Amino acid sequence: MKVTEKDVVYVAGLAHLELAAGEQQRMVRDLNSILDYVDRLNELDTKDVPPMAQVRSREAVDASREDQVEGLRPSLPHQAALANAPETDGAFFMVPKVIEK
Amino acid sequence: MVPRALTIDAVRSAVQERRATAVSFAEEHYANIAQRDGAIGAFLTLAKERALAQAARIDALAEQGRPLPPLAGVPVAVKDVMSTCGVRTTAGSKILENYVPAYDCTAVARLEAAGAVILGKLNCDEFAMGSSNENSAFHPVRNPRDLERVPGGSSGGSAAAVAAGMAIATLGSDTGGSIRQPASFCGVVGFMPSYGRVSRYGLIAFASSLDRIGPLTNTVKDAALMLRTIAGRDPMDSTSADAPVPDYAATLESDVRGLRVGVPKEYFGEGLEAEVRSSVETAIEKISRLGCEVVPISLPHTTYAIPAYYIVATAEASANLARYDGVRYGLRASDARTLGEMYSRTRDAGFGAEVKRRILLGTYVLSAGYYDAYYLKAQRVRTLLTRDFDAAFQQVDAIVTPTSPTPAFKLGEKTDDPLAMYLADIYTVTADLAGIPGISVPCGNTRAGLPIGLQILGGQFDEATVLRLAHAYEQVRA
Repeated sequence: MKVTEKDVVYVAGLAHLELAAGEQQRMVRDLNSILDYVDRLNELDTKDVPPMAQVRSREAVDASREDQVEGLRPSLPHQAALANAPETDGAFFMVPKVIEK
Repeated sequence: MVPRALTIDAVRSAVQERRATAVSFAEEHYANIAQRDGAIGAFLTLAKERALAQAARIDALAEQGRPLPPLAGVPVAVKDVMSTCGVRTTAGSKILENYVPAYDCTAVARLEAAGAVILGKLNCDEFAMGSSNENSAFHPVRNPRDLERVPGGSSGGSAAAVAAGMAIATLGSDTGGSIRQPASFCGVVGFMPSYGRVSRYGLIAFASSLDRIGPLTNTVKDAALMLRTIAGRDPMDSTSADAPVPDYAATLESDVRGLRVGVPKEYFGEGLEAEVRSSVETAIEKISRLGCEVVPISLPHTTYAIPAYYIVATAEASANLARYDGVRYGLRASDARTLGEMYSRTRDAGFGAEVKRRILLGTYVLSAGYYDAYYLKAQRVRTLLTRDFDAAFQQVDAIVTPTSPTPAFKLGEKTDDPLAMYLADIYTVTADLAGIPGISVPCGNTRAGLPIGLQILGGQFDEATVLRLAHAYEQVRA
C-alpha cells in the first residue's frame, strides 16, 4: 500500500476537498490501484531524458511580442462579471468572514 | 426512423438555392431531438432562441441572393465544456449547473461567424473526465446504435448527436481520446487536430498541455470543413499556433498513391478484440490497394502511455480545477462558517467521484516528496513517447491503428474499476501526449452491429494528409 487513509486525508486537505468517511476508503483503494499500475514507468531508465515541459512544435508557438501598448482590450462589464456570483452586494463578491476576532 | 445523413454542403446549397430554409433545417433537427433524445440523453441545454435568430439571419442573406458563408444554415451543437455567451455551460458538473458565461468560446464564435446554427449544448463526462459519458452529473448518454451501451466519452453527447441525426456536425474536446473513442463507438467521424491548431479560448480547462477542440461529423469532408472554420491563431489563446490553415477540403481528392502508411505492432497486441482486429486489418488492406505503401513500424513506448497520461493529466487537472471555490461563479455550499469550510464543502457537493479521484491523484503526484518520482518521471516518459512518433514520421506519412481495443461496452460495465475504464483510451492517449493529429473513421461493424473505428495519425500540423487518407479510405470502405 503506497497511499494510506492518512495520506488521502492530507491530500484532500491540500485540494480543499471534504470527503465522507466511506469515500475515503474508496479513494485509498482506487489511488493504490492506479499508482501500482503507474509503477511500470520505473521500468524505463529516464535519467538522461529531459522532461517534456510543453508540446514541441515545428510551428513555433511564440506568445511573446514587442512591449508596446496595443490599447486596452475591453474588459467584462462589472455587472456581467458579478452575474454568476453566488453572493454579492452589487459591488463585490461576498464570502464568509476570513479573519475571526 | 433512420434519419437521412445530411452533409454540410447539402444543407448549405439547399439554403443558398432556396430549396429549403435554415429555419426549417433547425426546426427539423429540434423535432428529431424532441423525438429521440429522451432515450439517448445527448443534449443538456437547447439554445432555440439563439439558433432560430441565427437561422433567420442566414435565410435573409439567402433571400437577398448573397453568397453564403461555408457553414450557412448548418445545424450543429457543441460539447458543454465550450462557453456560450448567455447559454448555460455546465461542463457536465453540478458545480457549474447554473453557470451562464458572459463570452463565447472562440471555436463557437467562429462556427457562428461561418453561418452555423448552434442548436444547443451536449452532454459529456464531468469536466471531460471519463471514457463512457457515465460521469456526467446530470445523466448518462446512451449509444444510438444500442441503447444498452455507452456512446464512449468524454464527448459522448457529441458523437451520439451526430449518429442519431440530431445535429449534422458537433464539436468535442479530446484530452486522452475523448473525440476519437466516442466517434468510434457511435460510428461517426471524429477528428482531433494538432495541439495549437485550434484556439482553446473559452474551453473549460481540464489538462492544458493536452486539451484540444475538434469536430465530429458524418463524413471526412465535413470534418475538413469544420476544422478549416475553427482553426488558426487567436490572440486570446497564446498556445494557438500562428501557422497557415490550408483549405483542407480542396486537397481531399489528391491522390494517396505512394503515401507511406505505418502499422505499429504495439497497437495490435493483447487486449485487442478479434472482430476489431479483423475489421482494421481489412481496412489496411483497402488502404494498400489504394496504392499506399503499408510499412510495419514500432512505437516502443506505447505501453507506458496510459500511466504517463494519468499522472500528467491529473496533475494539470488538480491545478485547473482549483478555481472552483464558490466565490465568483458556480455552486456555493450554504452552511459554511469560515472561508476554508466554504471551499471544501462547495467542492465536496459540486464535484463527482471521478473528478475528486483525479484531483486527489493529481495533488498527490505534485505534492512534496512525490513530484520527482511521479510528475517529472511521467514528463520524461512523455518525451520518449514523442520521440517514438518523431522517428516513425521520418519513415512514414501516416500511421493506422484501431481507435479502441473494443466496441462500445455496456453501461455499468466498468464504473467500479477506474483503471479498466482508463484502459479504454490505450490507443488514443498517445497522440494526445505527443501533440499530433488523429482521426477516427468508421471501418465496419461487429456481428452484433456495433461500430468499429479506424484511427489515422499524422505528423504535427499535417492534418491535410490525415484527412486526405481518411477521405480516400472512406470512398472505398463499403
